[in-house]
Amino acid sequence: MIQQVVSLSLPVGEELVIQKNRIGSGGKRLCVATGTHGDELEGQYVAWRLAQILQEHPEHLHGTVDIYPATNPLGISTMTRGIPLCDLDMNRTFPGSEGGSMSEFLAARIMADISGADVAIDIHASNVFLREIPQVRLSEDTAERLLPLAKHLNMNLVWIYAAATVLESTLAYSLNTAGTPTLVVEMGVGMRVTRAYGEQLIHGILSLMAHMGMWSAPVPPVTPPIVSSDGAVSFINAGKPGIFLPTVTHGGPVTQGQKLGDIADPLTGAVLEEVISPATGLLFTLREYPVVYEGSLLARILGGAA
Amino acid sequence: MRETVLFSVDTPYRQSLPVKGWRFGNENEKSLAVMGAMRGNELQQMYSCALLIQALEKLEQEGALAEDCGLLVIPCANQFSMNVGRRFWAADNTDINRMFPGYDQGETTQRIAACIFQALQGYTYGVQMASFYLPGDFLPHVRMMDTGYENAGEAVNFGLPYVIIRTPQPYDTTTLNYNWQVWDTQAFSLYTRETDCIDQRSAAQAVDAVLRFLHKKGLSKKPVEAPEAEPAIFWENRLHTVLSAAGGLFLRRKMPGDQVGEEDVLADILDPCTGRVLEHLRPGCAGRVFFSHKAQLICGHEVAFRIMPSASRK
Repeated sequence: MIQQVVSLSLPVGEELVIQKNRIGSGGKRLCVATGTHGDELEGQYVAWRLAQILQEHPEHLHGTVDIYPATNPLGISTMTRGIPLCDLDMNRTFPGSEGGSMSEFLAARIMADISGADVAIDIHASNVFLREIPQVRLSEDTAERLLPLAKHLNMNLVWIYAAATVLESTLAYSLNTAGTPTLVVEMGVGMRVTRAYGEQLIHGILSLMAHMGMWSAPVPPVTPPIVSSDGAVSFINAGKPGIFLPTVTHGGPVTQGQKLGDIADPLTGAVLEEVISPATGLLFTLREYPVVYEGSLLARILGGAA
Repeated sequence: MRETVLFSVDTPYRQSLPVKGWRFGNENEKSLAVMGAMRGNELQQMYSCALLIQALEKLEQEGALAEDCGLLVIPCANQFSMNVGRRFWAADNTDINRMFPGYDQGETTQRIAACIFQALQGYTYGVQMASFYLPGDFLPHVRMMDTGYENAGEAVNFGLPYVIIRTPQPYDTTTLNYNWQVWDTQAFSLYTRETDCIDQRSAAQAVDAVLRFLHKKGLSKKPVEAPEAEPAIFWENRLHTVLSAAGGLFLRRKMPGDQVGEEDVLADILDPCTGRVLEHLRPGCAGRVFFSHKAQLICGHEVAFRIMPSASRK
């Protein structure tokens, strides 16, 4: 059943409506939210396929699944990462405020709607600049509670990162603080849908639901993820501005000293920088958008800090 | 006056972008630093710094700066975005003022923030010519974060009519003002009326405020006229928010600075196609208009006005 989470009037003959698809009733409740960043579309496939599967097999569903495909509908409809009217990152406005500005009000209503769920999953897709392997990200302070759930999601990696105050304004942090266990998924790249990643996560969501007693159809076993902390992640940033031309494949192994790519100057024909791997491990993040500036993130490697 | 290139940002398709600072007075002293535009739409903030540079040059030529006074003004650190009409860093839409204290091994805007912060560190006092995240008009004021290090008594020395203290939210912890304070600089954000267009009067008011502060702290020998009234210090959460219920055309009747009664109409929201009045916005309390939404279109549930209740001036 399509339900309205919140609506408000836009200036000229239009309502801004955030909707969810409620499938099933009673029992435990799982919330799957995506689209907070309007340029991240990987979750659209997951929302579509999950709704399809659950609605085709209601006999296997024991509980309630709420799917929120677009928590920032204006952003998705305009290829804008933030909220177009105020240029704000919606994922820095949680838990929001009933009496606050429009973005804070929307955030508060989304929070209120998801709060109390047995588990929530917030699906992100990196951004237009970086491609990520399927992964769950947990902050250190939630890891003990959430890692057992994250292992069911069939993601390649669980990255446990150090807590940062600024991240306290995210949907996931706010929900976790309010007592709703919330997992953040990152996979793929902005403005694209990677069907294989979507299917991988669907498998994981059904596995998690089976673990929670919400799904009774057989689910093939999931592959256990690599679990890593910040200390095992190497960041590779551009030292020069130019065009990054990778020479490695995303998601594969790399060795210390291996060339990852070139930063080239199209004007002069020069190679400005040979990008070398500082570590041996899994190349789980790779630059997708070629134009780089000094400092642009090129890659992340799981396997020991540089 | 000494013009210096503090650092440069190299780009693949444009020329190197120098971020310049103008230094005044004793080069061995770090008394006060002023940061201007970090966002590409902060024209008023850049202009205010330009006026300040002219005023400080004159003070220096007159020998009116104290011997132990060393000043730095950075009018603009983001011509990369300003020159193409973008608010945030035009390559990835990140906000430099959400990247402090910066990280010199991090992403581009983290590195820029680190360079800015390095240039601004060690000063006793720091002033940011700031803009607000909501588009609208303010009464000129000094804003501080409640970090435990703030000193509202010092903020009064600017002589602007109001000093606002804000309880920081998590997203505030990566701003310049917050980090400046944490790193032992007494930091103040000066808000004038405008951001993306120039209001000469309030820009001049901001310049006078900085000059008045310098005199009050003994850094300048030249007095500046005292303000008409003693500045009022209040917490931001005492401002009364007036939200729109309807969306439509927004026609203001009251402007920042206007004294209003509880039942006065602040603005009308009209149906954009028929002109029918959808809503009269009323303050709900007597006071002075402190902030007003400015755009001609407004959504429902938007912050249309913020009113300073009359009691707040007492």
